[in-house]
Amino acid sequence: MTDLAIPGLRRLDFTTEKARARVRSRYRAEVRFKAYGLIAIGLTTLFILLVLADIIVRGTPAFFQYRLVLDVNVEQSEIDPQGTHDPAAIRAGDYSALVRNALRKIFPDVTDRAGRRLLDGIVSSGAADQLREMVVADPSLIGRTIKAPLLLSDDADLYFKGLGTSISRTAGRGIASPSGTTGDITILSSANDFSSDLVTIKRSLAKRARDLRAYAASLRRSAREVEAQGDDAQRLLAAAQAAGDAARVQSYTSQFTSYRAEAATLTRQAAEAEAEAADLQKRFENPSAEEAIGGNVPSVLVSIDGGMVKVTRLGNSQVSGRVLLPLTSSADAAPGTWSIVTFATPEDNRRVSDREVAWLEYLREHGLVERSFNWIFFTSGDSREPELAGIRGALVGSALTLLVTLFVCLPLGVAAAIYLEEFAPRNRFTEIIEVNINNLAAVPSIVFGLLGLAIFLNFLGLPRSAPLVGGLVLALLVLPTIIIASRAALKAVPPSIKEAALGVGASHQQAVFHHVLPLAMPGVMTGTIIGMSHALGETAPLLMIGMVAFIVEPAASITDAATVLPVQIYLWSDLPEIAFQAKTAAAIMVLLVFLFIMNGTAIFLRRRFERRW
Amino acid sequence: MNTAVRLPQTDPQPMSQSIAHPKVVARDVNVFYGDKQALKDVNLDIPENAVTALIGPSGCGKTTFLRCINRMNDTIPTARVTGRLAIDGRDVNDPEIDVVQLRARVGMVFQKPNPFPKSIFENVAYGPRIHGLARNKAELEEIVLTSLKRAGLYDEVKDRLSESGTALSGGQQQRLCIARAIAVSPDIILMDEPCSALDPIATAKIEELMDELRTNFTIVIVTHSMQQAARVSQRAAFFHLGILVEEGVTGDIFTAPKERRTQDYITGRFG
Repeated sequence: MTDLAIPGLRRLDFTTEKARARVRSRYRAEVRFKAYGLIAIGLTTLFILLVLADIIVRGTPAFFQYRLVLDVNVEQSEIDPQGTHDPAAIRAGDYSALVRNALRKIFPDVTDRAGRRLLDGIVSSGAADQLREMVVADPSLIGRTIKAPLLLSDDADLYFKGLGTSISRTAGRGIASPSGTTGDITILSSANDFSSDLVTIKRSLAKRARDLRAYAASLRRSAREVEAQGDDAQRLLAAAQAAGDAARVQSYTSQFTSYRAEAATLTRQAAEAEAEAADLQKRFENPSAEEAIGGNVPSVLVSIDGGMVKVTRLGNSQVSGRVLLPLTSSADAAPGTWSIVTFATPEDNRRVSDREVAWLEYLREHGLVERSFNWIFFTSGDSREPELAGIRGALVGSALTLLVTLFVCLPLGVAAAIYLEEFAPRNRFTEIIEVNINNLAAVPSIVFGLLGLAIFLNFLGLPRSAPLVGGLVLALLVLPTIIIASRAALKAVPPSIKEAALGVGASHQQAVFHHVLPLAMPGVMTGTIIGMSHALGETAPLLMIGMVAFIVEPAASITDAATVLPVQIYLWSDLPEIAFQAKTAAAIMVLLVFLFIMNGTAIFLRRRFERRW
Repeated sequence: MNTAVRLPQTDPQPMSQSIAHPKVVARDVNVFYGDKQALKDVNLDIPENAVTALIGPSGCGKTTFLRCINRMNDTIPTARVTGRLAIDGRDVNDPEIDVVQLRARVGMVFQKPNPFPKSIFENVAYGPRIHGLARNKAELEEIVLTSLKRAGLYDEVKDRLSESGTALSGGQQQRLCIARAIAVSPDIILMDEPCSALDPIATAKIEELMDELRTNFTIVIVTHSMQQAARVSQRAAFFHLGILVEEGVTGDIFTAPKERRTQDYITGRFG
């Protein structure tokens, strides 16, 4: 029996060209597959990095905020006129007046109503509340002048975060002489300092003229087309008249007139556009003529003699405009001591006007603006004011909800898993239960929300929006996950351990609880943590039970109304204020950090307690 | 109650050596796994304070018989046992017998060393603890140390009783399992191929240990090694295809087997 070859069968052929080709194609297939795998991994990594980078870039600004540090005179007359030192009276004081006074002291020239309202608006409405807390905590501040950090409004904050406009400065080359220090003034320069700005504007005029001419040409083309259609209608009308068809005559007449009218309108619009284009062209061709600066072109300002002038009319060597920050004197400014400031974003496209920008820049130049970590984001609840909105309420809500979830689903899930895995008889009933547990893990989460709405709210009458109900719903949601993970962990414990325990006379229950369960615990904990992080990120079922409300105060108990982190993100993402976009991304970052921590713990537990038998 | 009940009809001939005080008496024991019959009408007496070896080819039912003695077959849902299997005259399958107490009286050592993933001390202390054998810590310690000494492991582990039992070598682990089994002072120790995963030196140690232990315990060992059976056992039983073919004094079985199948097996013609 030494000849192993079976007669009649071909021997493996590995020398011929065909065999080599087979080997080559096998190698090629392998290389191809590896390439597909690499591409897939590369793409997924790229997408994940893109998402993370986008969230981080968007969200990071929300962790910082800009504050004004002003000298605030805590006047007794505003806070505690009777001098009672009664905390309630101190609390009731008018702190926003103090904030307003502090600001107006810096800009005493702002006397008009609109200007004052604008000035008050650069500080947040929460600044007065912060001041109140300071004074209530330390009543000895009353009557003194203190350096108080004042929260900026969201628009001012965003301006400092670079979402306002880019600012460029050009030093003046000639001697500039302003005609006054306040109001509308004219500034003359001995050199053609403003010519480059004028050229920019003229160039934009030329471009606008070109666009208008193109538009006019397209209008004329459509007018000709409509006229041609009118001519067709006219011919058909003549034919109908010849045939004596009264109905058609009427229909073609109305068509003909409407075509004619439309063509006339188009022609008129084209003529208007052409006229405007011609006007613009004329202004462009006269380089020395002054130009007005509106809100739809970059703003030009002149910084001179410690003041700021917003240019409304611009010539080659002279500008006229309105003073935003008063000049200290109307003395001539030497070359290089004054500058032309350009705000690249047109005023119409900005949330902050030129006047506010001038104020904010003044405050920044005088060192009154400081950047600090945004603790408010972590210490306050939701708010309609972006600068005052925080995630504390959502964090507390999430924590309470998860606590309820944990307390319900960990004992239930583990007990169910132990019973099913170790004690339940194998029969049709337990089989049905097992199949259904596996199916439940795949049920859309919103269904659990509907279930919670029907049972917990409508039938049991539990409070709406409460972490109690949210936690119960999420517990139902993650129970299948925990049961499946726990059963897998119990099953993974080698039966020899259980046999050993039974062998020394342990009862079944003792064997399970003394030996099998402790060994399965890392797996159970991993499953539980994965389930919990699933619950932490869940939104849909909570919407159904009313946890989507606007709630300012963090919940104090599990029956208070609350919201959770993902729902807060959902709520903020819907708000129109630009500042909330950063808050949304920042809240997502916080949520992701929590998820990473939880999943990291799960991985750590798995690694740490992984046993080899 | 200690008198063996004889069933001469099923024995081909009277047993060559009568057993005065059998510890375990099996009569017409049948075991089924589902529809498959694993043991057929087994009649066997196991003497006290001796080593009885169960030999036979794989799948012949020796382990099944062993697991009947402490009812470990209960853990297999499809297993069904009929017939009478008595220890000291009491049927182990009697509904009034508490299986947990039975297993405390009938210790077991498994094929693969299976110490608990706990400290060496805890491994041995577990049994006495759950059965309340020690009144206090000192007594428990006494039991653990005595058991380790009797299992011949004490000198090797006395300095590291708090280390994990799984960190020991295979032979040491198996002796730890034996120490764990004798810590609850059972009457009988069942050993299911205790040396199959061990090297010859560790095997020799275990065999030596068995020889010492048999003065206090009744030992039943399943083994695939003819030499081991010849070395350690006083009596031997040969199983084939679920049938107890022959049993008797070990020397007789190995030198003068009555059955052709026994002779074929022990001389290496099959198995």
